[in-house]
Amino acid sequence: MGPGLAVLLLFFVVPMYYLAHQSLETGSLEVGYTFKWAWHNYSDAISSNHQQLLRSLSYAAISTGIAVVVSYPLAYWIAFRGGRWKNLFLLLVIAPFFVTYLIRTLAWETILADGGPVVGVLRWLHVLGGDGRLLATSAAVIAGITYNFMPFMVLPLYASLEQIDVRLLDAAHDLYASRRLSFLRVTLPLSLPGLFAGTLLTFIPAAGDFINAQLLGTPKQYMIGNVIQSKFLELTDYPQAAALSFVLMAAILLVVLVYARILGTERLTG
Amino acid sequence: MTASVEPMPLPAQRGTALSRALERVRHWVLPAYAGLALAYLFLPIAIVIAFSFNDPKGRFNYTWSGFTFKNWAHPFAVPGIGSALRISLEIALISSVVATALGALMALGMMRHRFRGRGLINTLVFIPMTTPEIVMGSSLLTLFFQKWPLIGYWHLGFGTILVAHITFNISYVVVTVRARLAGFDNHVEEAAHDLGADGWTTFWKVTLPLIAPGVLAAGLLAFALSVDDFVITYFNSGETTTFPLFVWGAARVATPPQINVIGTMIFVVAVGIALTNVIAQGRRARRIAAA
Repeated sequence: MGPGLAVLLLFFVVPMYYLAHQSLETGSLEVGYTFKWAWHNYSDAISSNHQQLLRSLSYAAISTGIAVVVSYPLAYWIAFRGGRWKNLFLLLVIAPFFVTYLIRTLAWETILADGGPVVGVLRWLHVLGGDGRLLATSAAVIAGITYNFMPFMVLPLYASLEQIDVRLLDAAHDLYASRRLSFLRVTLPLSLPGLFAGTLLTFIPAAGDFINAQLLGTPKQYMIGNVIQSKFLELTDYPQAAALSFVLMAAILLVVLVYARILGTERLTG
Repeated sequence: MTASVEPMPLPAQRGTALSRALERVRHWVLPAYAGLALAYLFLPIAIVIAFSFNDPKGRFNYTWSGFTFKNWAHPFAVPGIGSALRISLEIALISSVVATALGALMALGMMRHRFRGRGLINTLVFIPMTTPEIVMGSSLLTLFFQKWPLIGYWHLGFGTILVAHITFNISYVVVTVRARLAGFDNHVEEAAHDLGADGWTTFWKVTLPLIAPGVLAAGLLAFALSVDDFVITYFNSGETTTFPLFVWGAARVATPPQINVIGTMIFVVAVGIALTNVIAQGRRARRIAAA
């Protein structure tokens, strides 16, 4: 057990310490960085990037919501109607994600392109406002994010739905519960742990993503990940970038706590 | 099987033609929805595969302009694409083997011993999986900026990518192996011990064969995660280019269809391995059911 633990301590915990250290330094690459308990890095980071921060959280929340709507019936159908083909259907769900993330995202560029079929249909329906484009809009970025993190929603939902004892549903039926009622009172509450896990596993990477905004959007759609990435790798503004990383984590933690509160922890655990 | 009591028919359930038609529609709504959802998941993949046969006119491979086998005949004709793929596969192989060994031992240790601080270690395993990749990537970069006692400064490249991949893979391995260990019977090991096997022999002859399916699944998952990783690699790669980094660079200047060819190859191999696993599992389940 030792070596694995050592790797996690040395290459996960220690880097977090250095990142925290960095977030309180001042200076630049030329003159060097010095540690000064520079808490203003945090207030500066928030005040100059609150737009991207809010955008990240709202894109991630919308994507997670759409992912639930698409995934829940799919996971439900595989779990209850999949029969002996369950594993095969599950493989079908995961299979698309064996194509490299970036290539998948580039494929969305083709699908949403100006001359493409999706834009054609939407123009025909007169639902595309402005310049009639889909690429380089928030919708495109949200579509990309939703797609790319979908398996993280389907798999936990399936896992919790699959464990439901069918006899409970029989019992509800015997007690004259309508299908709607037995879904609302039996299936849905029992699948909440999967819903919770799926939401976390989708929301967290979605909020930190920068690839979809970069490839499918414009700087107007940039998320906090784009800012962190460019501050780290292009502007070498390490202290601000480090501070933003922690702001992102804190924002995610806050959203998750509120969400857990709303969903009800007692319902999740018992 | 439990015999459930047939409920008395409710008045509303009388079988008029209309209600039967509605019932039939209701029966097909869910499968239709699931089918649409699967189609949605596969749409971009169909595009990727189709555009691997495209003969683009310009530098970018986003619009269809003619069918060709050229890209498949010369998948490595683009400078740098072959070496990028090789580096990705090397890193995936080494990092998945190392992470699987370390993670499997960790999972075994956590299952076997109840000790103080077990909850803390659980958290330590869990947190990297819920940390945004960009935070993990940037924190590793700040670590690699530090001057280290014996080795001095890290050189960003193959080594740092490897360290990063081993680190993020360990958590996934621990979780996967532990899921399969849930039904592990400690008594088998004790029996081997009683029959005179030493610790090493017991591990190789008893423990490992029993946990092998879980370890294999974890290894494959780690390999897949490593081949696909972009964000963490991007932060710690220096001048080294893996396949996802190559695609990222290409997306800015030119996207040769060979990218789609290699993407399709990776997809086919991965699906092939996963399908073999599903079929093997199905056979095993049927054998057990028949026995």
